[in-house]
Amino acid sequence: MGSNMAEAHPVGFQWVMEAKARGAKVIHVDPRFTRTSALADRHVALRAGTDIAFLGGVIHHILSHGLDFREYVRAYTNAPFLLNERYQDTEDLDGLFSGYDPHTASYDPSSWAYESTAARERPGHRAKEQAAPYRHGAGGPAVEDSADGIAADPTLQHPRCVYQVLKRHFARYTPQMVERICGVPREVFLEVCRAWTENSGRERTAALVYSVGWTQHSTGAQYIRAGSIIQLLLGNIGRPGGGVYALRGHASIQGSTDIPTLFNLLPGYLPMPDATHEDLAAYLDGVRRPGQKGFWGNADAYAVSLLKEYWGQAATAENDYCFGHLPRIDGDHGTYRTAMDMVDGKVFGYFLLGQNPAVGSAHGRLQRLGMANLDWLVVRDLNMIESATFWKDAPEIETGEIVTERCRTEVFFFPAASHVEKSGTFTQTQRMLQWRDQAVEPSGDQRSELWFFYHLGRLVKERLAGSTDERDRPVLDLAWDYATEGDEPSAADVLRRINGIDLATGRAVGGYTELKADGSTACGCWIYSGVYADEVNQARRRTSRFEQGPYEAEWGWTWPLNRRVLYNRASADPQGRPWSERKALVWWDAERGEWTGHDTPDFEKHKPPDYRPPEGASGPEALGGDDAFIMMADGKAWLFAPTGLTDGPLPTHYEPHESPVRNLLYGQQANPTRKVYGRRDNPSNPAPPEAHGEVFPFVFTASRLTEHHTAGGMSRQLPYLSELQPELFVEVSPELAAERGLRHLDWAHVVTSRAAVEARVVVTDRLAPLRVEGRTVHQVWMPYHWGPTGLAAGDVVNDLIGVVVEPNVLIQESKVLTCDIRPGRRPRGPALLEYVQGYRRRAGITPLTGTRVMTAGDGDGHGPAHTEPDRPEDSP
Amino acid sequence: MTDEHGPGGCGPGEYGPDERSPDKHGRPDGRGPRGHSLYGPLEDPAADAGHREHPPRVGFFTDTSVCIGCKACEVACKEWNDVPEDGLDLLGMSFDNTGMLGASSWRHVAFVEQERPLGRQDAGLAGLPTGPSGTGQTAEVVADALRETPRGGGELGTGPVDLGFPSFDLPGAATGAEARTDFRWLMASDVCKHCTHAGCLDVCPTGALFRTEFGSVVVQPDICNGCGYCVSGCPYGVIDRRPGDGRAWKCTLCYDRLRGGLEPACAQACPTDSIQFGPLDELRERADRRLEHLHEAGVEEARLYGRDPGDGVGGDGAFFLLLDEPEVYGLPPDPVVPTRDLPSMWKYAGAAASALLAATAAVFVKSGGGGRR
Repeated sequence: MGSNMAEAHPVGFQWVMEAKARGAKVIHVDPRFTRTSALADRHVALRAGTDIAFLGGVIHHILSHGLDFREYVRAYTNAPFLLNERYQDTEDLDGLFSGYDPHTASYDPSSWAYESTAARERPGHRAKEQAAPYRHGAGGPAVEDSADGIAADPTLQHPRCVYQVLKRHFARYTPQMVERICGVPREVFLEVCRAWTENSGRERTAALVYSVGWTQHSTGAQYIRAGSIIQLLLGNIGRPGGGVYALRGHASIQGSTDIPTLFNLLPGYLPMPDATHEDLAAYLDGVRRPGQKGFWGNADAYAVSLLKEYWGQAATAENDYCFGHLPRIDGDHGTYRTAMDMVDGKVFGYFLLGQNPAVGSAHGRLQRLGMANLDWLVVRDLNMIESATFWKDAPEIETGEIVTERCRTEVFFFPAASHVEKSGTFTQTQRMLQWRDQAVEPSGDQRSELWFFYHLGRLVKERLAGSTDERDRPVLDLAWDYATEGDEPSAADVLRRINGIDLATGRAVGGYTELKADGSTACGCWIYSGVYADEVNQARRRTSRFEQGPYEAEWGWTWPLNRRVLYNRASADPQGRPWSERKALVWWDAERGEWTGHDTPDFEKHKPPDYRPPEGASGPEALGGDDAFIMMADGKAWLFAPTGLTDGPLPTHYEPHESPVRNLLYGQQANPTRKVYGRRDNPSNPAPPEAHGEVFPFVFTASRLTEHHTAGGMSRQLPYLSELQPELFVEVSPELAAERGLRHLDWAHVVTSRAAVEARVVVTDRLAPLRVEGRTVHQVWMPYHWGPTGLAAGDVVNDLIGVVVEPNVLIQESKVLTCDIRPGRRPRGPALLEYVQGYRRRAGITPLTGTRVMTAGDGDGHGPAHTEPDRPEDSP
Repeated sequence: MTDEHGPGGCGPGEYGPDERSPDKHGRPDGRGPRGHSLYGPLEDPAADAGHREHPPRVGFFTDTSVCIGCKACEVACKEWNDVPEDGLDLLGMSFDNTGMLGASSWRHVAFVEQERPLGRQDAGLAGLPTGPSGTGQTAEVVADALRETPRGGGELGTGPVDLGFPSFDLPGAATGAEARTDFRWLMASDVCKHCTHAGCLDVCPTGALFRTEFGSVVVQPDICNGCGYCVSGCPYGVIDRRPGDGRAWKCTLCYDRLRGGLEPACAQACPTDSIQFGPLDELRERADRRLEHLHEAGVEEARLYGRDPGDGVGGDGAFFLLLDEPEVYGLPPDPVVPTRDLPSMWKYAGAAASALLAATAAVFVKSGGGGRR
């Protein structure tokens, strides 16, 4: 679901085909019939943006028929835990959970806590600004006093136990409701339920694959939560053939979250400190709470080792290991906030590395206007992309909004070395690091990222040398002592430093369990610790699959500690025996007193299944022998998230920010905590209960083609790829084509309140209309790879999309919006602006549109608006 | 392999068949002017072409039932063989913007949208408020547009073809008035068939086309003079002359890679093993097993194409598993090498030539008698 794996991940899809050849059933749930659907056993068309309703329907099916894997659920999830009496569900509050504050559009999650944990009130707006939940990362958030035992009902009957709360929350997600919301006929939906549940249990497992079709929604994190709940109820987590597979958007995007390029994270999912963290101890207490179970209990060792890696000898116990040198975040510094701040003149310089926001980011127009208002812009890319040339060829040149002679931004373009011109690692979705050797020397001025930043850092340090200004200390104190080969920093040395080093012996450490909080070890990313164990680049291993076991432990290296299946303790029952011979993965060997199996056990090797923690234990010691989810604060997988999410403890169907229909389940129309940016240059199409939604009557979604690479920087310059998909097109069903007078291969243009974009029409049976609550809903699809330059040029599809973001991780809702489509080309020049303005006028759009996010209860649609202070010079 | 065929040898131009001087006459035993077989089953085309010791015949088995239409084969082929880009045209033939095999497209992935089910696949249309299929209308638009699209001299052949199969858009057969309820999307990577009896090779007057020791058929660009006989000699419409160059080009089965011990670039790039490369005997066995498996799985429409050594070209070196009639993919239903009748034709032509020669001689005798001015 939410994944077009065959087209976006064709190499990985070979394994799906292999599984299919061995008898696996492949089901593809997607708004369109894609190349993935063509190879699936079943395609299910659903309305874009309604996946939680569909998944909630599956949860309802499982719970109402008692089809969950009960022993697994009871042992390894928080299903038996009791919630406190203050918790109120969306069923009680018309689509809101308890703790909602309409003025900040955020939750105080304290009422979601377990019964026994003493929850404090925690206003949620600051967490939302910083996308705080994402900062919990691999660890999950804390629950207080978890190790002391949480009130539970192992019979799962108590009305306040998670199992019963879940059941009630999804009670109205019936097949009939799924049909009315998603447009999926109930028989088809029930077929999927049957296939999923029949292929799960002791003897069988089912895998769930998603991609950015799930994440890029205003409820994106909850989509994945919903999928995870099903997989947990059916016992498909931590077991062979099970799991939830997040297919990432690029090679090594997993790597760039592990060692993050995100404003709110440090390497290894350690949170970025914020302005309230006075010292290291205060920061660490926020990460590893005293009394908490699990391996985050050792966060001090991970953090201190990271600081030692950054600042080397300058980092000492006396100066808090230079903790004060770390930057602090004080709000939303995400990419869209930054683009708006660029427009508003608050940002002066910008680095773009392998990113083409002028084409590839939502609201391309906002991105380009922002970049046109900088002092300087550095672009490092393989090709001269639109984000480096917007000052002379952006669409805004034609409309007169950017004038080349007056554009103030000084652009520095640096040609980048490609992946074959440098060595390093890719980290893919299985958390596997695979080393690649350099194949050829970069030509001309092309240089690696490593080269660029190493020398940039070196030159900045030299420039600041001798400075006594306190603000220069963080740079001056940096160790910055990586080994070089010629003038190229050694990627292997960097990987070794990421692995971690015992500073006493100078040897690479064997894994994160060897890291210390006393400054005697340095480690660039604790979860990667072990990748250079025994002074061997483990990511470079290439033992053939024919020469090793089925889990291929000697091909590359996966974090953590080369475990191929995360939480694989759950592949065995609480007593340590595999749930079935067929699905055996790891198990307890009582004779030798250790965990063993086909994979590296994701559990302390010698901790027996019947281990019970002593009174007052915390950290790893507090984990019982059957606490399979060793990173969670209570050792259990969370069906219900008592803390850690800004938009609710359970996934709930909300309509997208822009939707043609009213939410059929609740008065609350859309995610009540979604982040809106109400400003003139970021208008929204109206959605119920607002009026005039009929001006944009169709559902729009955009995605990729196999033939092109994201924003086209790596494909539109290449003849062999451009000729395969030479032009921007828009796919419509024959039914919509008839309704709007669109003819195959003729021009049409798609309109939203942001822009009008023209494309050639492709009429295809691969799109079908849906019946949603008695009316026909048409969906329009476009690929988004084109821009004004290159061999294959075209309009920028992302210009159609506005900025509204998910509150947990600040991802944009770019997978679903509303639009109009008309035959013929769009107007050109300033007439284009007038044309779009005409649409806004007809739809009654103001900066307030879409910003009254609270619509539950009485006073429908009259919750407070969440707008930004307007700037007088903004043109309408 | 003999030393002669080892890697690091000379270019392919110097490794044609051992025997290539054409005989003047076709042979009564059904053999061609070069002394090799022209029609019918043939165990060993490389030996037939004069390779005394040679590796086993290799080829492609393209299993279209697992093709995901990624076109990696097209790109890998062009990259390895340095084949030029040949047109940035949106053809509107589903996701196919290559159109057909040609001088600058040696692999071509066809995309066919059809209103019928694939085996037991459920396309999920049942119960949706659909109207009639749009495929017929788009096919008409595409056909109109293609007439105006120059594609290296050939006509495009893989547009959706209506073969009159029972489809559910027939009046009365659908759930609503002409509502479409079935759909499937076929993808297939086409390539030169490297025929057992290769028409292109047999009509080539310069010897530019030759049979390699691997049994494949290769054009030598340094010998080709661009006469174009091969273009009409190919029953599949594969080989073509390149505009601006004039010479004929087609898939070489990556002859240079084969000689270096590598598999062809397309097969190596194929992520789902839709394109399988190997000794032809093994591929045929594998294809038979796959066909059986698909039939058991309810994909009754699966069939092999080019597998039969008894067909009109003596079987293909590159053969296919298809999920519909070959025409649907732009493949001829019953290809016959145009040189099938060459031996008998040659006899008539020879007789005619003899008669002509005699007549001409008579003219000279006469004019000789008359003296020159």
